[in-house]
Amino acid sequence: MNLEKVVFAFFILLAATLNFGFFIGDIANPELHSVYELFAAIVVSMIATVLKFGDRTQIGAIHLATSLVADLQLIAAALTWAIAVHVTGVGMTAHVTSSVVSLSGGALFANIVSVVILIIETVMLRR
Amino acid sequence: MSSIFFIILRRMRAPLIVLIVIYAVSVLGLTLVPGVDANGQPAPALSFFHAFYFISYTATTIGFGEIPNAFSDAQRLWVTVSIYLTVIGWSYSIVTLLALLQDKAFQNVLVVGRFARRVRHLQEPFYLVCGCGETGALVCRTLDEMNVRFVVVESREERVQELDLEDFKTDVPALAADAMSSRILELAGLRHPQCVGVLALTNDDNANLAIAIATRLLNPQLTVLARAENAATVDNMVSFGTHHIINPFERFAEYLGLAIEAPHTLRLLEWVTGLPGSQMPVPHRPPAGAWVVCGNGRFAKPVVRELADHQFRVTVITPDASEPVEPPLQRVVGSGVRADTLQSAGIVEAVGLVAGTDNDVNNLSIAVTAKGLNPDLFVILRQNRVLNSPLFEAFSAQFTMVSSRIIAHESLATIITPLLATFLGEVRKHPDDWAATACARMEGMFGNEVPQVWTVAINAAEAPALSDHLARGHAEISVLLRDFQGNDEPLEALPLMLVRQARHSLFPADNMPLQCGDVLLFAGRGHARDEQRTALVNANVLAYLLTGREGSGGWLWQRFERWRGR
Repeated sequence: MNLEKVVFAFFILLAATLNFGFFIGDIANPELHSVYELFAAIVVSMIATVLKFGDRTQIGAIHLATSLVADLQLIAAALTWAIAVHVTGVGMTAHVTSSVVSLSGGALFANIVSVVILIIETVMLRR
Repeated sequence: MSSIFFIILRRMRAPLIVLIVIYAVSVLGLTLVPGVDANGQPAPALSFFHAFYFISYTATTIGFGEIPNAFSDAQRLWVTVSIYLTVIGWSYSIVTLLALLQDKAFQNVLVVGRFARRVRHLQEPFYLVCGCGETGALVCRTLDEMNVRFVVVESREERVQELDLEDFKTDVPALAADAMSSRILELAGLRHPQCVGVLALTNDDNANLAIAIATRLLNPQLTVLARAENAATVDNMVSFGTHHIINPFERFAEYLGLAIEAPHTLRLLEWVTGLPGSQMPVPHRPPAGAWVVCGNGRFAKPVVRELADHQFRVTVITPDASEPVEPPLQRVVGSGVRADTLQSAGIVEAVGLVAGTDNDVNNLSIAVTAKGLNPDLFVILRQNRVLNSPLFEAFSAQFTMVSSRIIAHESLATIITPLLATFLGEVRKHPDDWAATACARMEGMFGNEVPQVWTVAINAAEAPALSDHLARGHAEISVLLRDFQGNDEPLEALPLMLVRQARHSLFPADNMPLQCGDVLLFAGRGHARDEQRTALVNANVLAYLLTGREGSGGWLWQRFERWRGR
């Protein structure tokens, strides 16, 4: 067992699960989407991105790309939240909530791709 | 470039993760610790947005103060912890980055990357010079003077740094690396479409061999010129078809043989292969009689063979008694620096001396001692290092053999003007009297200064104006020998050879008619070469040279002239 692989898979999976936890629930209801969960998803997703740095293989490149997409989507979601609550003062209306959650839904898709690649990579490994 | 990026990313993984975790912990803590409002009443904790804002300016030590409201003591306690955490995180990142920049391997990647990029972007034809010791430096300087681009690969770091200090006209990409590695050769442009030739000039026969074979395999079209000092290496290089192999010791022995039997032929060779602009050496002819040769190495052996071939009586002085000596040769065991050894070798009755050990100081000492015993000696000196030139010039022997200079002359002559090798071959077939006349012509035109040698191909690509004219009319070589800027004075240029359908005519007459497809070899001054080039490509200049009248460039005027001429 390789500790590096454990940590790697742990963060990729954790990023996907946290993202899923934030995403699930009525899309327009702010009570079902905790901002703490979004924060945790962003942090874990960024750590997963850094873990993927420096791998020169083709599969490593796709890994990195999916993580970058997830980061981008989650940061966009966080920005939307910050602007609605602090800049314009609109607050978490149904409209704002649904756009924040749908952005995180996009990130979730990227994270799922990442998990799928991880599984494929593991299956292809003959050791 | 991308490899540098990946190295940075890989090395920065740990510090970046530490930084992200520290930020996350600090921000999260701030969103949980309760605050206080202006009246001292408990207030809700900071939101994520404000917490992130606060940690961002605190972690980077900008420190705007407690925004948006004054903090509660609980918040201050947490912020104190965060400050220390973030400072540690940032210091760790910066220290790692600095260590990476200091890293020898990383710097090497940077240098190699920059070198490869500069080579890739070369737009003109260039030569790849491997090895930049005394010989390589001499070749580089001359190539630069002739406006030829080149790339240098040299194994010693300090030589490459010295190259940077040299005042080259063009930008010279140079890399300190082992040229025996094919990867380095490829980075240096071995497969670059503009690379025209490889010069393997290191002082290691094995390295030169490796370079020659790598070139032969990776890019067979390239001209390869290799230096080889051992007979085994030469044979090896010949076996896979190296174009030019230069063995300085054999070449010197050959020159010595020529000096004995055909001094004018040697002089003609010196005229065309010397470094342009340098002075011609004073001619000397080694006298017949008894000779004393000191040393028995790579240098002395071919020299002894050449002298013995011309029926000279040769006595060899060598410290090594074990090597066999063939009968006509005589041997004295010892060191030539001692007067008694020289005397027992018969220096007093001898006519010539060859001081050919691989130690410059010993060679000079032998020569000075011998001259003291016999002032009329003809002295041939071997000089191993260019640095010692002032000493050798002060002694002024009849012949001084500097191997780096021989290699440099030979390689430049063959690589810049490939036709010259053919010319030299033809010259060697002619008798010495013929060479004497040729030398007289050279001397009459160029005085004592070595001219440039160049090739002119009469074809549509290199001489559009002339080949266009030859398709319709007639022209002689003389048209290329007149100065269109002055009053039709002759140019300081001499046609050495004309090649027409694999037939070579040496020193063609000025009134010889030209044909399309001819290739000419000229010797002359630099400005003559420039003017000739203008006449070859500029139709108006050519028309003036042919007819003596100013040509007119415009289409309308040409029609008018034609109409008037009718």
